[in-house]
Amino acid sequence: MRNGLALVVGLIFGLGLCLSGMSEPSKVLGFLDLAGAWDPSLAFVMGGAIAIGAPAFALARRRRVAWLGGDVELPKTRGIDAPLALGALIFGVGWGLAGVCPAPGVVGVGFLSPSAMVFVAAMAVGMLASRLADLRLRLPRISTQDA
Amino acid sequence: MTIDWAHFTPFSGLAGGAMIGAAAALLILGAGRIMGAAGIVGGALDGRDREAAWRWSLIAGLAAAPSLAQAFWGAAAPTFTAGWPVLLVSGLLVGFGARLGSGCTSGHGVCGLSRLSPRSFVATALFMGAGFATVFVVRHVLA
Repeated sequence: MRNGLALVVGLIFGLGLCLSGMSEPSKVLGFLDLAGAWDPSLAFVMGGAIAIGAPAFALARRRRVAWLGGDVELPKTRGIDAPLALGALIFGVGWGLAGVCPAPGVVGVGFLSPSAMVFVAAMAVGMLASRLADLRLRLPRISTQDA
Repeated sequence: MTIDWAHFTPFSGLAGGAMIGAAAALLILGAGRIMGAAGIVGGALDGRDREAAWRWSLIAGLAAAPSLAQAFWGAAAPTFTAGWPVLLVSGLLVGFGARLGSGCTSGHGVCGLSRLSPRSFVATALFMGAGFATVFVVRHVLA
């Protein structure tokens, strides 16, 4: 049941990325290029997503149990710490280099793009490397839950 | 600042964004989980992850979406302008940074801002700032 729901969520998420143009690196880079010909579309995508997401999360905050059972897990970490800031900066540099972030990378693989496959393979290595660094440096444990 | 009117797509942006928000709403209310791509892919890759099954299902849905988009409205495959060396470096930084910073554009940018998380506001400001700076250097300093 849960896996079926996750599959549908992935499909809607992926279709939204395709429709909004966010699966296209040039659209993302067009937004990040403030000094060039600026394409504000990405801000509209985030606005549209938050317009639906905000009431949903407000509702979720008041629920303990999800529709399919199980806990509603909202991130508990509160502090703004070095791993958060450093990680976000590193992520932003990588994002700006090619105009691709994790979900559009996976969508690109779905388009059978060899470039997306190279990106996602490198991204997987980077993710596994952060796990190792996490163990080595004994940074505050990165939760498996995002955000 | 000059607006690139030729490529600006406010309506499909809003509509596609609303779909992304609806997907995040469905996952948090239906399964009680945050729709953050970095956490989902990173978690799925973690061999000890007990939640790997739903994460792989969501990844399968993301990867299957382009076939539907092509069937529904003839969506075009993306064009990657970056060469493979840049894609390799970019992928490494994106994967490493998103895990270290506990989130990416979907986890912090969509879900985190939707639930008014101060951590996500800081992360989103920092990764956007770093993205703006990187594109500025690549396009207007080095080029």
